[in-house]
Amino acid sequence: MIHSLFLVNATGDIFLEKHWKSAVSRSVCDYFFEAQERATEPENVPPVIPTPHHYLISVFRHRIFFVAVIQSEVPPLFVIEFLHRVVDTFQDYFGVCTEAAIKDNVVVVYELLEEMLDNGFPLATESNILKELIKPPTILRTVVNTITGSTNVGEQLPTGQLSVVPWRRTGVKYTNNEAYFDVVEEIDAIIDKSGSTVTAEIQGVIDACVKLTGMPDLTLSFMNPRLLDDVSFHPCVRFKRWEAERILSFIPPDGNFRLLSYHVSSQNLVAIPVYVKHNITFREGSSQGRFDLTLGPKQTMGKVVESVLVSSRLPRVVLNANLSPSQGTYTFDPVTKLLTWDVGKINPQKLPSLKGSMSLQAGASKPDENPTINIQFKIPQMAVSGLKVNRLDMYGEKYKPFKGIKYMTMAGKFQVRT
Amino acid sequence: ETNKLYCTSVKCCIFELKAELNSDKKEKKKEAVKKVIASMTVGKDVSALFPDVVNCMQTDNLELKKLVYLYLMNYAKSQPDMAIMAVNTFVKDCEDPNPLIRALAVRTMGCIRVDKITEYLCEPLRKCLKDEDPYVRKTAAVCVAKLHDINAQLVEDQGFLDTLKDLISDSNPMVVANAVAALSEISESHPNCNLLDLNPQSINKLLTALNECTEWGQIFILDCLANYTPRDDRESQSICERVTPRLSHANSAVVLSAVKVLMKFMEMLPKDLDYYGTLLKKLAPPLVTLLSAEPELQYVALRNINLIVQKRPEILKHEMKVFFVKYNDPIYVKLEKLDIMIRLASQANIAQVLAELKEYATEVDVDFVRKAVRAIGRCAIKVEQSAERCVSTLLDLIQTKVNYVVQEAIVVIKDIFRKYPNKYESVIATLCENLDSLDEPEARAAMIWIVGEYAERIDNADELLESFLEGFHDESTQVTTQQNTQVLHKHTQNTPDSDNPDLRDRGYIYWRLLSTDPVAAKEVVLAEKPLISEETDLIEPTLLEELICHIGSLASVYHKPPNAFVEGSRGVQHKRLPARTASGESAESPDAGQSVGGVSDAPPAVIPSQGDLLGDLLNLDLAPPSASVPVVPASMQMGVDLLGGGLDSLIAVGLAGGTGGMPAGLGGTPAMGGGLGDLFDLGGGVGMATGSYVPPKAVWLPAMKAKGLEISGTFARRGGGIHMDLSLTNNAMSIMTDFAIQFNRNSFGLAPAGPLQVLTPLAQNQTIDVSLPLNTNGPIMKMEPLNNLQVAVKNNIDVFYFSCQYPISLLFVEDGKMDRQVFLATWKDIPSENETQYQIKDFHLNSDAASTKLQGSNVFTVAKRTVDAQDLLYQSIKLTNGIWALAELRIQSITPNYMTRLRTRASLSLSASLWVQFAMLYDCGFLEGLDHFVVFP
Repeated sequence: MIHSLFLVNATGDIFLEKHWKSAVSRSVCDYFFEAQERATEPENVPPVIPTPHHYLISVFRHRIFFVAVIQSEVPPLFVIEFLHRVVDTFQDYFGVCTEAAIKDNVVVVYELLEEMLDNGFPLATESNILKELIKPPTILRTVVNTITGSTNVGEQLPTGQLSVVPWRRTGVKYTNNEAYFDVVEEIDAIIDKSGSTVTAEIQGVIDACVKLTGMPDLTLSFMNPRLLDDVSFHPCVRFKRWEAERILSFIPPDGNFRLLSYHVSSQNLVAIPVYVKHNITFREGSSQGRFDLTLGPKQTMGKVVESVLVSSRLPRVVLNANLSPSQGTYTFDPVTKLLTWDVGKINPQKLPSLKGSMSLQAGASKPDENPTINIQFKIPQMAVSGLKVNRLDMYGEKYKPFKGIKYMTMAGKFQVRT
Repeated sequence: ETNKLYCTSVKCCIFELKAELNSDKKEKKKEAVKKVIASMTVGKDVSALFPDVVNCMQTDNLELKKLVYLYLMNYAKSQPDMAIMAVNTFVKDCEDPNPLIRALAVRTMGCIRVDKITEYLCEPLRKCLKDEDPYVRKTAAVCVAKLHDINAQLVEDQGFLDTLKDLISDSNPMVVANAVAALSEISESHPNCNLLDLNPQSINKLLTALNECTEWGQIFILDCLANYTPRDDRESQSICERVTPRLSHANSAVVLSAVKVLMKFMEMLPKDLDYYGTLLKKLAPPLVTLLSAEPELQYVALRNINLIVQKRPEILKHEMKVFFVKYNDPIYVKLEKLDIMIRLASQANIAQVLAELKEYATEVDVDFVRKAVRAIGRCAIKVEQSAERCVSTLLDLIQTKVNYVVQEAIVVIKDIFRKYPNKYESVIATLCENLDSLDEPEARAAMIWIVGEYAERIDNADELLESFLEGFHDESTQVTTQQNTQVLHKHTQNTPDSDNPDLRDRGYIYWRLLSTDPVAAKEVVLAEKPLISEETDLIEPTLLEELICHIGSLASVYHKPPNAFVEGSRGVQHKRLPARTASGESAESPDAGQSVGGVSDAPPAVIPSQGDLLGDLLNLDLAPPSASVPVVPASMQMGVDLLGGGLDSLIAVGLAGGTGGMPAGLGGTPAMGGGLGDLFDLGGGVGMATGSYVPPKAVWLPAMKAKGLEISGTFARRGGGIHMDLSLTNNAMSIMTDFAIQFNRNSFGLAPAGPLQVLTPLAQNQTIDVSLPLNTNGPIMKMEPLNNLQVAVKNNIDVFYFSCQYPISLLFVEDGKMDRQVFLATWKDIPSENETQYQIKDFHLNSDAASTKLQGSNVFTVAKRTVDAQDLLYQSIKLTNGIWALAELRIQSITPNYMTRLRTRASLSLSASLWVQFAMLYDCGFLEGLDHFVVFP
């Protein structure tokens, strides 16, 4: 199972280590550093690295490498999923998951890691169980603890750990009972030069924030459940009921959680909400290139496309860009060659454009590669797949909760080739 | 405020902390312990504080207790005598009314790796394993694994393993999951004892717990289920049905473990079952979903999908688009996606794939661009209909003049030329234009090959080759060898002096060859190139099956069997996919439990990709610098023996090869013969005919049935021809004349190639030996048994009929050695229904000897692999009628048993009877003392 964990920052310093079995020397990370050096970008460090006596499995999050050391045959996905859980827990406890936050809370971090694994076996990874065991640090609590001498550690057996619904604590109480659901869809798409879709798919999630007293039993139904043929559920969802009736029936965890994630594949027709007209040209022998980009809305069901951000890495021969945007602001970094254009909203009456010239290295030949344009955007109040929640019902408790559903579509990896 | 936990100087820290730890104030003590832990966490040595920290242990403050425990776990090992001080508190805490404290105590004690403490642990642990509280029981289960790691003997002596096994039927799912996890970990160091004794009852318990335990518990249980072999297809289906819901779990590790169970158990389901189709459909969406996860997860998923598409391409055949590369994918994801794209490429989607690959060839990352260009070539070779389109795409890319793109494209075009000779030479002119820009050895080698190969079509081929010759001394081995070969192609005799002995020798051999026998030289150098296979890096079938059983594991990421790399695994049990068994039949797969102790020293067994032409053409002695050429075909080893080895082997060849098909001019000295022998072998097994198996003569026609004529005979394969060797004896009172012979129609069309040559009359009591050459051009009719031959012999007295049976090896032709890659592709292609398995018992030859002996009968070893103490020989046989049969021969050095699997494209019945014959060959040919062989299924 998982033997040890090292946290490594972007500059290659180990700033925390935790061993669940016998201690493994830090020098094992040298193999990791070698791989880090070889990789052009930190993102390119391979996630599984063999060393003579161990395997290093790492994830890169929030500019920190979480490097797990294993010695025997352990499923790598198990390790990676666990590391993600560590990241989520830190974020949950400290608000951010940064080197500074981890160092500031080093004892809590250590206590958490000790509770999360025993001998390398996962022990308590559910946020609400951990919070019963180890209270998250708050300014108020730190002050109170100092005065009263009480501690962060809970005195009680974490009841959730043994109940049939391990994800929910007992005895939850709220004065305002509310349940909010966010349907968030991301479009991943590749659009080719001519504007036609090479591939497009939707990654959707339903995130919930449920603050309900007692043991509520919820059901959530959809207008068009047939869209959901590829789903991953939170363990609270009763799978049989979904199979039989296409209804989500569950006792929710307390607080924030991801109820389900789903995938609408490229085989379905996916609506593409924006289009790009581009004309980026370099002429052989000329020291100037032309840049011309116009954005427009497409299949948005009348909703506004906002928070639009265009970015593209221009070829190495581009020294500078002299462009004028019809709206928003643009920047060009002559070192990384990254062009970013913060567009804002797209007004269908007056389409945003970015035009001008690029100055090229003198004497350089026409660049080999074509820049790819990356687009980010948000469209509130719309789920691009067309998914719609029909109703939400609560059983098992008598009060009337406040319920809310929000929809949002965003660009995931949305790329336009030129 | 908390930053003060970081102290700048260790020394000052220790001093101050010591004082604080011994403070009377509780609060100050706790803060001090916190500081100690913080220092420990960042790797500072605070072990000097051990006695002071242990003094803080007896407290009712839970947090303080936990902190002290943390410290103890870290430093107890370095202070074993001090650690004893803590034992009493542990033992007391194990009796605490609060289960949280009991669990904490037993958990911590297990982490203190000090022998003296371990002894005290046994009694508390025994109690905790039977604790009323499941939380304590589940913690205790893990503690057994910890203890086992420290002192395995103690755990066995104390009977903890049995208690742990009992916990598999615990009422609490989490206890079950932890017991399974602990047992799995323990069994990794105990490969031979079957700790997880799985039976239908325990499987049912596990399946029930599966629904109720945490996501991590589900992974343990699923991985454990995957080790079970269901009794029949019904049980297999019912387990699959209960595992399928796990495919919708949010945890990707749960999903992949479920995929493993399903991929394995599916093997047992009949393909015509509706449920089989349903299951196939259910597998695609979760695999696709894994690809939308974080890049690290994607990577592991892609490595596994790579195996899955090789085993069952139908699952993802419609999902090509999800493997399209996004420009900001990490490079390790890009390369894996590319590989899978090629595997999924088919005529239906090739246009799309090519358009994508062309797009990738304009990306920034040079490595990726090169791979993309290579991928275009692989598509051309895989999908024949697309070859033309691929060539024109490559030409487009060459026109971009981007240097590394051009070089890659030329390498790839060479492969296309080899696969489809004389089809696309029109592009040679364009290639020649780019001659000057080629500065990479592989590209230069490819270009030289093209120029040499199509020399007669290129006006200035001589000049072009000359221009390459100028830089001869600077070139890498690869290029020079290629030059050498190609210059010979042009029949240029001046072999330049070279410092590389390999080259010099080769040049010398060629030169000798040319001067003695130009015709033979032509045969050697211009020998048919091995086929370019469709898939360049298929995983060898047995390994693939094993890897499928290890989906989701490190083995699946590295595409190596687990024992090849996991430290400390003392002989991992090799896993095989279960054979399909209908309900009611026995499910014991013949080789279940074939675990053999001892870690294999075999290198990873992925058959190397056929990238370099040189490797194919002159494959043995250049000793490529990479260590990744694990498969050494036995024939090649023999070749090496012949070159460097003792006189024995040379004589052996001299004797055995005497009647072989070597051109007469090559007789030469033994050394020369040996060297050429291996060259010939490389050229596609032109003439390695050696002593094939000849059964002893049997009486086919007794004298009393044929009016005094007795015929005994046998069959032999000599010099590439089939012979019927007859002895005719005249037991009659008169002279016999006018002999003639005729065959009835038979399964393989055997017919006399000439008249029966009995020239002089056969006198009384005289015996004459006649050898009748046969061909296989006669009329065909299926016989029963297949190898039955009905013969009519006529003489001046009467016509007599008899029937005899020929050994099937008679029909094994000399060019039956299949290319490795073709073998792999073909093996995979043949449905497993066409497979027959045999066990041959009490067999005492080692694999090399067996391989040599079989080769004498034209059963060619294509590749050899050693796994643990087993040798796997992959063999090919070609029959006179063009039917290929492929065999896998497993040889265990410990028990004298052979396990064989035979696959042929022909129908099952043919395969079965062929097999009986084949087994007979093993049987009669050289297995003295063999009583019987066992037939599976």
